Amino acid sequence: MFRYTVKRLIQGVITVWFIATATFIAMHSVPGDPLSGERLTNEEIRANLEARYGLDRPLFEQYLIYMGNMTRGDFGISFTQQNRRVNDIIREHFPVSATLGILAVVFAALGGILWGALTALFRNRLPDVVIMFLVILGISVPSFVVAGLSQLGLTSLNALFGVSILPVAGWGTLLHMIVPSLVLGLGTMAFLTRLMRSSMLEIINADFVRTARSKGLPPTRIFLKHQLRNAILPVITVLGPAIAAITTGGFVVELVFAIPGLGRYFVQAVQQLDYTVIMGTTVFYGAFLVFMVILVDLVYGFIDPRVRLE
Amino acid sequence: MAEQQTNGITADSPGAAPARDPLSSVAIRQIALLAIAATVGFVLLMAALSWASDLTSSSTTSVGAIDVETGTITLSLTQEPPQLDSTRLTDSVSGMILGHVMEGLLRYDINNQLAPGVAERWDIRTDGATFWLREEARWSDGEPVTAHDFVFAWQTAVDPATASQYAFIFYVFKNAEAINRGELPRETLGARAVGDLELEIEFERPVAYFDKLVAFQTYYPIREDFYLSRDGRYAADAVDLLYNGPFEITVWVHGAHVRLEKNEHYWNRDEISLNVIDFPYITADGNAALNLYRDGQIAVVNGLGAESLDQVLAERWPVRRYSDGSVWFFQINHREEHPTSNYNLRKALQLVNDPGELVYKVIQIPGYTPGESLFPTWLNGQNGLFRQEYPAPTVTPNVALAREHLEQAKRELGVDEIPPIVLLADDTPGASKQAEYYQNRLMQTLGLDIRIDKQIFRQRLAKAEAGEFDLALYGWGPDFDDPLTFGDLFASWNLNNHGEYANADLDAQVRIAQESTDQATRMAAFGRIQEILIEDVAIIPNYERGVLYIQDPRLRGVGRRVVGPDPDYSRAHIVAD
Repeated sequence: MFRYTVKRLIQGVITVWFIATATFIAMHSVPGDPLSGERLTNEEIRANLEARYGLDRPLFEQYLIYMGNMTRGDFGISFTQQNRRVNDIIREHFPVSATLGILAVVFAALGGILWGALTALFRNRLPDVVIMFLVILGISVPSFVVAGLSQLGLTSLNALFGVSILPVAGWGTLLHMIVPSLVLGLGTMAFLTRLMRSSMLEIINADFVRTARSKGLPPTRIFLKHQLRNAILPVITVLGPAIAAITTGGFVVELVFAIPGLGRYFVQAVQQLDYTVIMGTTVFYGAFLVFMVILVDLVYGFIDPRVRLE
Repeated sequence: MAEQQTNGITADSPGAAPARDPLSSVAIRQIALLAIAATVGFVLLMAALSWASDLTSSSTTSVGAIDVETGTITLSLTQEPPQLDSTRLTDSVSGMILGHVMEGLLRYDINNQLAPGVAERWDIRTDGATFWLREEARWSDGEPVTAHDFVFAWQTAVDPATASQYAFIFYVFKNAEAINRGELPRETLGARAVGDLELEIEFERPVAYFDKLVAFQTYYPIREDFYLSRDGRYAADAVDLLYNGPFEITVWVHGAHVRLEKNEHYWNRDEISLNVIDFPYITADGNAALNLYRDGQIAVVNGLGAESLDQVLAERWPVRRYSDGSVWFFQINHREEHPTSNYNLRKALQLVNDPGELVYKVIQIPGYTPGESLFPTWLNGQNGLFRQEYPAPTVTPNVALAREHLEQAKRELGVDEIPPIVLLADDTPGASKQAEYYQNRLMQTLGLDIRIDKQIFRQRLAKAEAGEFDLALYGWGPDFDDPLTFGDLFASWNLNNHGEYANADLDAQVRIAQESTDQATRMAAFGRIQEILIEDVAIIPNYERGVLYIQDPRLRGVGRRVVGPDPDYSRAHIVAD
């Protein structure tokens, strides 16, 4: 177990290093100039700016310096907000994305498992058809449509009651989180429902279930111990990457609901060629994703004793 | 026994079996129990998260768009202000915020006329200027605003170490350009404090529009001891700024919330009616802003697009409009290797261009007006509006004549067909629409093959600077209220003249406009520049941009302006309904 963990962690570090290197190369190959502005400046000023960001050095040297700073946990200064450190940006905005993301994942996982189990039990009957129709809708309708429509729905709801029941946008209280997290988790919930359904269907009439029934076990025990516990494994597997995907993929939801998450920095940095923010957010999210995958693999061993961590 | 048999059989064909069997009904009960447990867990988790989120943000307790009792108005921002350090600021959101919390020597009043700010009176000569500061001007910590604070700010702005994009706005000061190039120390700048309340400025050359420059945001004061005490973090957070304007920033949660409260130390506080200007929403999404307005959470929605216009009109909200002051045109590449360096080709392009069609049929946003000149209609001339004193030469679209010029161009270039023309444009929906309109229009009228080169903002700038285009959709906004802010754009030495247009006559006129202090002479020079640009087809004007907005009718006295902080809520007031 210990050796396995260490091995996975070393693999993880190599993966993160690879992500950082690939991003660095890709970013510097994108044409465009991060220091350009609409009012052009003279050569001296440009040289000063380049020196401040270390852009006056050869690319390989820049890479070495960057990697050195990164291992010390210093991501540098943003290009667009010249007095803000990238570390501060991540520290201030990631908790917001994470809060929203955790809520969305909880919602998605609970919903996915419940709906999935339900559709399997009612296979090919009305509840199954209705839920699966909604699932297809949830997977195929892009989040900016869902987000926009639900926000419009909120204004109508508030107008209907004449008072503000749920806030339309913004951040800061519990009420601000409910609708955005539902919207954010919707796609993942739909995906998990499908996954849960198919894995439940495989289990529902498996040999050991039949054995359990023939032994005369109570149906509750069969459902919880034999069916649900076995069917849930694939869901746990994808949950790690799903958490990472949800916390990073909140750009649209953050935009529509005016939420100060990290997602918008992640996207806008690329549009504005903000080198340090691109690197900082990508490496941070990359490390986060790798960490979640390792965590899920470790948790696996507890849920399914058949999995041996070697 | 029989029932068990059935069970065994249907188990192999898992269709309807589970429903009939007691298992599924129990399972459903289990699911229901689980669902309840999950809901309870969910609520508990949310409570925990809500507590956690309190740690990461200032809680926004909504008071609605307008709160008469507390004198609060609530608004939204399109982006987090990227830079509140006045020496380095370049964008309009930061400019708007800073315009409420800082005050220069002069400022624009609600009617967009220059008014005294920190300076009580002033005297501008041909070789320099003197400003006398008012004694009662205070920083938000109660200390007096002195002439030293201005000198320090200006020296910082031209210091090459600051690397300000707007350093050029000080180039009229003695030695400013040399300091900015690193040739002289910053102390040699032609500005010095004579005592605490008198500011003496020496010019590099005579400047006729200095009073208008002084109102610009880069001219705001910064107090030296405070600046140094922040150790490189000046303006990074609300506590890292010192304010001398009508408001001060009391809350600044990055990306989430900016709150301005009345500055009790402001010398002219009696003129300020609002107590709080709150921006608890930061989003670039126009629909989100409209929904917030519909919900009564914000008082103003700025910059409505053509799509939301129908929706807004259906709601019967009064739509207002104003010109944002920017002019949009084709930059044309005049480098020899580009076909657009040929006059007859440019003339052909000019003759098929129909700005009216572009504005009324393609853009379709009221407030936009067809472009006729590099100089927008709102610019002031000698006595009245510049464009009334010097009307732009009219160009009537004439496709037949354009084709003649095109044939002539082909002969001169020695080609049977004009090679494909590259049209550089932003990747925004608006710019794409315009580029596609021109692609279609030029194909139909002249048979030209237009290749649209759509780029993100920074890349579009980089390509424009490198001259990698034939035509580029380009806009220019004013920095100060004088025709020169547009007039020197196509001087051969101007770095923003991306097409490298060079015309000795135009250069001579720009020099006259820069150096003369006689307004009649200067305006005549601008008139001539306007003519040259059209006659020689140096650029092709497209439109002047307008902005549509809706505003809560209870909010009055909001300043909208083309030069300076916009919108200006500092002198706004609330009327009870």
